[in-house]
Amino acid sequence: MIISRRGILGGVAALGALAMPGLVRAQAAAAHVVVVGGGFGGATAARYLRRLNPGMRITLIEPTQRFATCPFSNLYLGGLREWDSITHGYDDLRAAGVEVIHDLAQDIDGAARRVVLAGGDVLDYDRLVLSPGIDFRWNAIEGYDEAAAELVPHAWRAGPQTQLLKSQLEAMEDGGLFVMSITDGAFRCPPGPYERASMVAHYLTTHKPKSKILLLDSKENFSKQALFQQGWAALYGNMIEWISLADDGQVVAIDAANRTAETNFGTTHRADVLNVVPPQKAGWIAERAGVTDATGWVPVRGGSFESEQVPHIHVVGDATIAAPMPKSGFCANAQAKVAAAAISAELAGRDTPPASFANTCYSLVGVDWGISVAGVYRAEDDSIVEVEGAGGVSPIDANAAFRKAEAAYGAGWYAAISADIWGRG
Amino acid sequence: MSVRQLNLMVLPMMLTATLASAAAADERAAAQVLAGPCAGCHGPDGHSPGAIPSIAGLPEAELLARMTGFRDGTADATVMTRLMKGYDEAQIATLAHWFAEVGQ
Repeated sequence: MIISRRGILGGVAALGALAMPGLVRAQAAAAHVVVVGGGFGGATAARYLRRLNPGMRITLIEPTQRFATCPFSNLYLGGLREWDSITHGYDDLRAAGVEVIHDLAQDIDGAARRVVLAGGDVLDYDRLVLSPGIDFRWNAIEGYDEAAAELVPHAWRAGPQTQLLKSQLEAMEDGGLFVMSITDGAFRCPPGPYERASMVAHYLTTHKPKSKILLLDSKENFSKQALFQQGWAALYGNMIEWISLADDGQVVAIDAANRTAETNFGTTHRADVLNVVPPQKAGWIAERAGVTDATGWVPVRGGSFESEQVPHIHVVGDATIAAPMPKSGFCANAQAKVAAAAISAELAGRDTPPASFANTCYSLVGVDWGISVAGVYRAEDDSIVEVEGAGGVSPIDANAAFRKAEAAYGAGWYAAISADIWGRG
Repeated sequence: MSVRQLNLMVLPMMLTATLASAAAADERAAAQVLAGPCAGCHGPDGHSPGAIPSIAGLPEAELLARMTGFRDGTADATVMTRLMKGYDEAQIATLAHWFAEVGQ
């Protein structure tokens, strides 16, 4: 029996026309995926792309050597965490085979599939994952711009801003007034302002018990409201006062030099420490890439988190329009895994696996008082839907042991998701 | 036997194997996506470094019973009772198999 090499190859080629497994696998291995942003979304995407595609070239662009997380930055403000414990490096991702470049992505050309870095490097990509986080709408509140934030911090991107707010709290006299202005609309971490109020209350109760906290809110209600207010009353008496939109809570102007906040009806509040959680939008590089819409956020296909506007760009995390999923670190991590799986399947010529997401957000009200909200989400066509009957907040009538368990599980969540994303880094 | 005859014999076998392995790869990818959010609290592949229990490598029957219990309200938990209501029997079986297989 003589079998010609050509005959066998011809047969394989005929088979290849049906399935082409070898060819597309080779393409997937040769592909270059660039990830912009090394936070909850981006670093997760890089790690899971690496796991799913050994041999693929994966480049992560992140300006900072160590990423400071917004989750648990309120615990740092409350004195319950050291700074180093909420920062993460990239050595473990490098060890896994991800090329990490500490530089700023300055421009993205979606047509040429090209990323330009501030340092001058130019990277060509087959697929791009953008996890740009948030930016602020400066001057949406009159007088609140980048210069004002150096006097009156937002601390809504963790880093020097968080440390500035902490130093102001430490410098405040006992009996001082801490004021927080809280935005409405879409913003990062819906329960975050109220956890921050809780942790500031913990710090003040411990060190400056005559002080007060005033929350000026642009909303009529807020995330986990009943649970927060129950915890505040139990742990901090009447230290925290919350003023809703209807009660003139909306701040319209900030005088940073005098640390005053003016409300919609004309009341001026003078603070000893003033913290502004301002109106937000997608991180600016998303605008450069052309993936944002008129809302300032990024519309995506729910099944893959690919941009609706620019092909071959997947966007994950707080920058996206992913409601009913909240803008949380947990969601960014879950979305990045779906995006990584979709990219891997597409490059390998396979069907996109059905998207499935969950979210669990813990908030710490006091040292032994944790609360949570959870949800389960699926993609139907390209919309994201919440699974009915699942999720919800901690029970309002839970006992002290339950609250204590959720405080411990909150810390467990932070350890677990950090390991999932940055590893030992 | 001619090359053509051999091709007629071998190709359907190769095609079947390719389709079967493609189906297995799709199934595996779907299971991995379904299991993705679990790592958010239980750690990478279910290996928890903190206060939340590890689930990696637990017996499949035990995982199945625990998750079903959380969903049906016959087992107590803080957040798992809320989360598991979002998963049907087939999905719970997939997750139980996944974390049992993933190894300790």
